[in-house]
Amino acid sequence: MPAATRYLGKPLKRKEDPRLIQGLAHYVDDIVLPGLHHAAILRSPYAHAQIRSVDVSKAQSAPGVVLVLTGADLRGSIGAVPCAAQIPDMKAAPRPVLAHDRVRFVGEGVAVVVATDRYAARDAIDLIEVDYEPLTPVVDPEKALEKGSTVLYDGYKDNVAYRWELEGGDLKAAFKKADKVIKQRLVNQRLIPVAMETRGVVAEYKPGERQLTLWSSTQIPHLLRTQIASMLDVPEHSVRVITPEVGGGFGSKLNVYVEEALLGYLAMRLGKPVKWIETRRENMQGTTHGRDQIDDVEVAFKRDGTILGLRIHVIADLGAYYQLLTPLIPTLTGLMASGCYKIPAIRTEIIGVLTNKMSTDAYRGAGRPEATYLVERALDLVAAELKNDPADLRRKNFPKLEDFPYATPTGIIYDSANYPRSLDLALKMSDYKKLRQEQAKARKQGRCVGIGLSTYVEICAMGPSSAMPAGGWESATVRIEPSGMINILTGASPHGQGQETSFAQLGAEILGLEPDDVNVIHGDTSIVPYGIGTFGSRGTAVGGVAAYQSLMKLREKLAALAGFLLGEDPSKLVFADMKIFSKFQPKKSLAFGEVVAAAYSAKTLPPNMEPGLDATSFYEPKNFTFPFGAHVCVVEIDTETGDVRLIKYVAVDDCGNVLNPLLVEGQVHGGIVQAFGQAMLEEAVYDEQGQLITGELMDYAIPRASDMPWMETGRTVTPSPVNPLGVKGVGEAGTIGATPALANAVADALAPFGVRHVDMPFKRERIWKLMQKGSRRAK
Amino acid sequence: MSAEIQVRVNGKSYESQIEPRLLLVHYLRDVLGLTGTHIGCETSLCGACTVLLDGKTVKSCTVLAVQASGSEITTIEGLSAQAPTNGNGLHPVQEAFWEKHGLQCGYCTPGMILASVELLRANPNPSQPEIRHALSGNLCRCTGYQHIVQAVEFAAKKMKSRKR
Repeated sequence: MPAATRYLGKPLKRKEDPRLIQGLAHYVDDIVLPGLHHAAILRSPYAHAQIRSVDVSKAQSAPGVVLVLTGADLRGSIGAVPCAAQIPDMKAAPRPVLAHDRVRFVGEGVAVVVATDRYAARDAIDLIEVDYEPLTPVVDPEKALEKGSTVLYDGYKDNVAYRWELEGGDLKAAFKKADKVIKQRLVNQRLIPVAMETRGVVAEYKPGERQLTLWSSTQIPHLLRTQIASMLDVPEHSVRVITPEVGGGFGSKLNVYVEEALLGYLAMRLGKPVKWIETRRENMQGTTHGRDQIDDVEVAFKRDGTILGLRIHVIADLGAYYQLLTPLIPTLTGLMASGCYKIPAIRTEIIGVLTNKMSTDAYRGAGRPEATYLVERALDLVAAELKNDPADLRRKNFPKLEDFPYATPTGIIYDSANYPRSLDLALKMSDYKKLRQEQAKARKQGRCVGIGLSTYVEICAMGPSSAMPAGGWESATVRIEPSGMINILTGASPHGQGQETSFAQLGAEILGLEPDDVNVIHGDTSIVPYGIGTFGSRGTAVGGVAAYQSLMKLREKLAALAGFLLGEDPSKLVFADMKIFSKFQPKKSLAFGEVVAAAYSAKTLPPNMEPGLDATSFYEPKNFTFPFGAHVCVVEIDTETGDVRLIKYVAVDDCGNVLNPLLVEGQVHGGIVQAFGQAMLEEAVYDEQGQLITGELMDYAIPRASDMPWMETGRTVTPSPVNPLGVKGVGEAGTIGATPALANAVADALAPFGVRHVDMPFKRERIWKLMQKGSRRAK
Repeated sequence: MSAEIQVRVNGKSYESQIEPRLLLVHYLRDVLGLTGTHIGCETSLCGACTVLLDGKTVKSCTVLAVQASGSEITTIEGLSAQAPTNGNGLHPVQEAFWEKHGLQCGYCTPGMILASVELLRANPNPSQPEIRHALSGNLCRCTGYQHIVQAVEFAAKKMKSRKR
C-alpha cells in the first residue's frame, strides 16, 4: 500500500448506500418479469419417513395452477446437490432436488406447485396429499453413533459420515510431561444464520437463444452457474446467473440449493419465468445451519502455566445430506486448534455424523469459532485451576515475535502477528486492572460479575487453491472506458461488505482519480469474468488484491503511453488530481482523460502497444492470512433471575492494513453481536421427533438493538506479508473473537458458585439452576 | 371475491380491486410496484416491512390491505417528501444512515429508517437506551446496531439544527 494516501485507509461513506436508503435497490423478490409465475414447495413435516404415495390431483385442478411435480416426477431429470468437500472414505449423502422415496429432515421438499399467482401456488400445496410411513428419527448425534441406532441410508451400517484425524507434535510425550490435565466437554450448539433476506430465485428461459437466466440471492454466482449447468445437464454458457442485491449471507448463501436447480428446470420446462421466494419458516428449516459440535477437550499443562498439548475429540452433526461444504467445515476446527499459542502437540479427531436434520455448513466463521471457543475456554480452565490471571496465562503461551511466520503443529503457517500488542491495548482500553478490583468489590456485595477475555487468531483470505475445494484465487478486470471512467469487475460477490466503495477507493488512489470516477460491478456471470465469490473473509484480501493487480497493469500501460506522449521516463510519472505528470518537471503534464483518449484513438501509440485499456488478473494467494485480536467484556448476572446482562465490551482487532476503517468497524460490530446471539440467545432446537421447534423468529431469538451495550473498538495494524496490500480480512473476526470472551465472562461470574463451565446459550433458566445448585453446595 | 380499497400512498391516491386476504405489504410491492418495503419474516417480528400508516409505524406483513383502506401510507420511497431535505433529495434520517454507516446489506434499512422517523417525531432528542428500545422491533443481522444508534443521534441533531 502506498505510504501517503488520499483515499486508502479513509472512512469514506459508501457508494452503494443511496439506492439502499431510498428503497431503490433490487433484491431477488423485486425482480418482476412479464408473465411471471410463482412456485411453492410442499415440505415434509416428518424428520424421517418413507413416502408411500403422493396424490396431486386436487392441486393440479386448483385455480391458477399450471404445473405440479413430485420427487418421483423429477427422478433422473435433475442432478443431486453438489458437495465440493472430499474427505477420504467419506460416505456419500447426496440430496435429491425433491425427495422421491424417503424424507430425511423436516422441511425437505416433496412436491412443487407452479401457479400464475403467489397466493394460488401457496393454496395449492395444501391440496397435495402425501402418504408417509414414519420411520424412527435420528436426532441426537451421540445416539446416532450407538450400535442399534436407526440408519439414515439403506446400505450403510451406521451413521458415521467420516472420521478425520490431524496430529502434530508428540502428544504422548506432552501428556506424560504434564503436571496436570484438565478435561472438559464443550457443546457448540446448532445455529441458524437468519440473513434478513431469505433466499429466493427467479428463473427465465429463452428457447430461441437457449439462454437460462437465474437471479439468485447467492454469495457465489459463478460457482452456482457451473453447478446448475451440471445439475440441469445444459452447456455452461447457456446459463447466466445474476446476483442482484443480496440481503445478507453469513455463509448461508455460500451454497448450491435444490431450489436454484428446480427453478431453472421449471422455467425451461414451462417456457415461462418462475419465481420462488423462501418464507422465513422455510429459511429456518431448509437453509444451512451452522456449528453443532460436541467437543471433548483435554489440555495438558505445566504448573507454571505452559500449555503442552491438546487432545480434541469432535462429534460434528452434519444433518441428513451434504450441501456444498458440509463435511469440510468441522475440519477447519482441527486446523485452527492451536489458537494464538505455542502448543507443541495437538491431536484432533472428528467424527462427522448423519442425523435427521438440516445440513450444517458455513456460518460466519465456519469451524474457526468452534476452534477458538475450545482453545479459549481451555485456557481459562487452566488459568482458573492455577489461579492465574487469564491475561498472564495467555501472554505466557504466545509465540514470540521472532517465531513468525509461525508453523503450528496443525500444519499451517501464521503469516504475521503481534499478539501482546493487541492484548495490551485491549487491557488498557478496558482498564482491566480496575475491572478486576471492581469485580472483587461487587462480589463482596453479593453481586455476580464476570470478566471475560479472549485472544484469538483466525484463518482468512481463503485461500491458496491447493487448500481449497474449488480454487481459492479471485479475478478482477479493470476497464478504463474511452471517457476516462473506470469499471472494476470483481469476481468477488459482495453483499453488504461495501467493496463498491473500498475498491473504488483503491482505483482512485492508484490512478489519481476521485472514487466517484470508479464503478464496481459484480454478481453477473455474463459481465464479470469467472470468480469464486465472497466468503471466508476473502472479498478484499483476495478479490481486492486481484483488483489491485489489474489497476497496476493499467497504470503501467498509461504511464508508458503518457511517457511516450510527454517525452518523459514513465517511472518518473505521477498520477494525481486526474492528471499524469512528471515528478520533476510538473509542466510535463497530461489530463488523465487525454491519455485514455490516446489509448482508444490509437493514432499516437508507442511501437508494439495495443490500443484500449483493459486488464484482467487472477490472483492466487500464496498463503492464508491470519488476523488476530483481543476482546474483553464484563457481564453481570441477576442472582434472582439468572439474567445475564452484558455491561461492557472492548474489542481490539488486527486485520492488517485497512482500505476503509468505517467498513472494518461495521464488520467488527456485526460479528460481535452475532457472537452475542450464540452466547446468549440462539439455539436451533429439534425435539425428539426431529421437529424444528425454533422454526420462526418468535422462537429463535436473534439479538435486538436493546440487548447490546456500547462496544468500544480499537485496532492494531500488522500488515500481512502474503499480499501486496498487506490486508488480512475482517468479516468473521467478531464471531470468532467474541463468543469465547462472552463465555469466559459468564464462567468467571459463576466461579463463586463452584461452576467451572456452562454451555451456551446462557439462558436464564440454565444459569439460574446452576446458581441454585451452587448456592446449595455453598450452604 | 374482491374488495375495493382507496388509499393514499406517498401523497398519491389509488383505488384498487383486490383479494380481501391480500396483505398490505404485497399490495404495496406487487400491485403498486413499491418494492422498497421488504419482507423478512411474515410474522411481524423482524420489522423489514415497516411503513407509516397514518403517521404510525405498522408491520405491513400483518396488516391486510383492506384494513388500510381510507388511510395515508408512507413508504421509504415517499419519505424524502416528508421533511425539508438538504437539496440532495434525502430525508435527514436517510442522510444520517448514510453518513454513519448505519447499513450493510440494506435489507432491514427501509423499515429501520421509518421506525427511526417515528421515534424522532415523538421524541426529538432520544437517549441511546431510548433509541435502542424504539428500534427493538426491527432486526438487523449485519451492523450490530451501533452505527444505527449513532445515525439516529446524528439525525436528531441535524433535524434540530434545521428547525432553528
